[in-house]
Amino acid sequence: MASHSDKEKTLGDVLRSHGVSRRSFMKYCATTASMMAMSPAMIPMIAEALENAKKPSVIWLSFQECTGCTESLTRAGASTVENLIFDSISLDYHHTLQAASGHRAEEAKEEAMHENHGKYLLVVDGSIPMDNPGYSTIAGISNYDMLMEAAEGAAAIIAVGTCATYGGLPKASPNPTGAVSVSDLIKDKPIINVPGCPPIPVVITGVLTHFLTFGALPELDDLGRPKAFYGQSIHDRCYRRPFYDKGLFAETFDDEGAKAGWCLYKLGCRGPTTYNACATTKWNNGTSFPIESGHPCLGCSEPEFWDGGGFYKALSIPTADVGETVLYTAAGAAAAGVALGALNRATKGSANKAHEKVTLEDLEK
Amino acid sequence: MNEIALLEWVRGTGFQIATVVLVAGVIIRIFEILMLGRKKNLAEAKGSEFSSGMRTIVSRSVPESDSFKRSAFTIVAGYIFHIGLFVTIFLFAPHILLISELTGLGWPALPTPIVDAVAVLSIIALLAILVHRFNNKILRYLTTPGDLFIWFVTIAPLITGYIAFHRIGMSGPMLLAVHILSVELLMVVLPFSKLTHVFTIFMARWYNGAISGYRGVQS
Repeated sequence: MASHSDKEKTLGDVLRSHGVSRRSFMKYCATTASMMAMSPAMIPMIAEALENAKKPSVIWLSFQECTGCTESLTRAGASTVENLIFDSISLDYHHTLQAASGHRAEEAKEEAMHENHGKYLLVVDGSIPMDNPGYSTIAGISNYDMLMEAAEGAAAIIAVGTCATYGGLPKASPNPTGAVSVSDLIKDKPIINVPGCPPIPVVITGVLTHFLTFGALPELDDLGRPKAFYGQSIHDRCYRRPFYDKGLFAETFDDEGAKAGWCLYKLGCRGPTTYNACATTKWNNGTSFPIESGHPCLGCSEPEFWDGGGFYKALSIPTADVGETVLYTAAGAAAAGVALGALNRATKGSANKAHEKVTLEDLEK
Repeated sequence: MNEIALLEWVRGTGFQIATVVLVAGVIIRIFEILMLGRKKNLAEAKGSEFSSGMRTIVSRSVPESDSFKRSAFTIVAGYIFHIGLFVTIFLFAPHILLISELTGLGWPALPTPIVDAVAVLSIIALLAILVHRFNNKILRYLTTPGDLFIWFVTIAPLITGYIAFHRIGMSGPMLLAVHILSVELLMVVLPFSKLTHVFTIFMARWYNGAISGYRGVQS
């Protein structure tokens, strides 16, 4: 946790004390500017803003989650400038990362909320159970109460991960805990959704950078996601896209097509309906992303992704169990058809019976 | 409802509803037709009903030279979009996946660029048919709003499928949702409109041929 004296330092001071060179700092600024679709003219502005930014207070609340989001953001690997920027915020409360525990931890949170009222960033991962508050509590406080209390004084809220943004796994059918997302509960604060299971680390640092640079949240799409990172689908940026266009598909995970890098559509890839930066930013310090490793995209940054049918069924396959429905329908319809046919024949028969023949005499009357 | 929720609805509940309506509608209509029955023909049979019926299925699918001369455009454009619909529905890889999941039957797909070209040709043919319909006085006079609706229901899946594949104008989930929805509209309308000919055409042609066969005349 950051000490009080640290809070007086600017981000530039902290980065320098961590041995980050000017070159790698500027490279980070340039990468951030290009990732967020800003003009290169913005790079010095980002650099200056970051250089002089005071460490903002961040309170991180974890509710019904698996800690995968935190793992993603803090994962071991080469120390990146993103990590250092993440280290350089004043993370005043985070269950997993804080040294303090018990009442001391809760006190630290109270203090940060009080000191920085109206200014701190609230980061939330995990969904909130609404069925029974006892499903998930921290220090005896329900997730709902803790969220509402912390949200009240927040400048903005960043919902990290698919659970916090859309309910995620806890909300998957039949949603036993009555899980909801942050934006289901909070309507009066700016919320930025950073979905993904987990989200890409550079996306969260990019959002933080934007907030530090401009003092405001980046442009969002209609699902509350920063357009800079979620503006394009995996499919549109996928290096396997030419194979999709040609209709060359891997049929199994280890056939010749799979080995030749053909499209994974038939293996259930959700790339066409998933918006995220995996195909461009990639994972593990830019090593690769799931499709590059031969696995179809699961669509983890989209709402309801757990309930969107089997992960390994192609997008064109309906999620409904149509087979059984068709059998029952066909049987019922055949019976109805026979009944209607019989009714028609009966009508025809009675019409024939009621038919009176007209004779020549009748006409001459 | 967000786009993904709409997509999930059309892939789930929506598809289920459309399938139930399609299957129930087609079966009920076919049973009704078959059970209508005919008056017993007291005349002596002068030829085979079956072989004449089968022959007619083929002969009536090939245009006569006279009628071809009279309405070459209608016949050519009609063939293009009918074959085009067959190719796009049954020989496009994602569609075969759907069919094989539902029925267990699968077959090889045509290369996607060919299906794509066929879809474009079919769309052009259907547009040309509409223009022709309005340019021709008699056709225009005979056209009802119902005909235009059926035209729309037929061309919509082709257009939405084309833009979904090329990802034009909407987000990925929305494109796919709109495409599937347009197909579901077609499925729901099909049994209760002239589109029923998808299932009755060969039955009707066989019957026409069978009548002629019984009478011993050419069909």
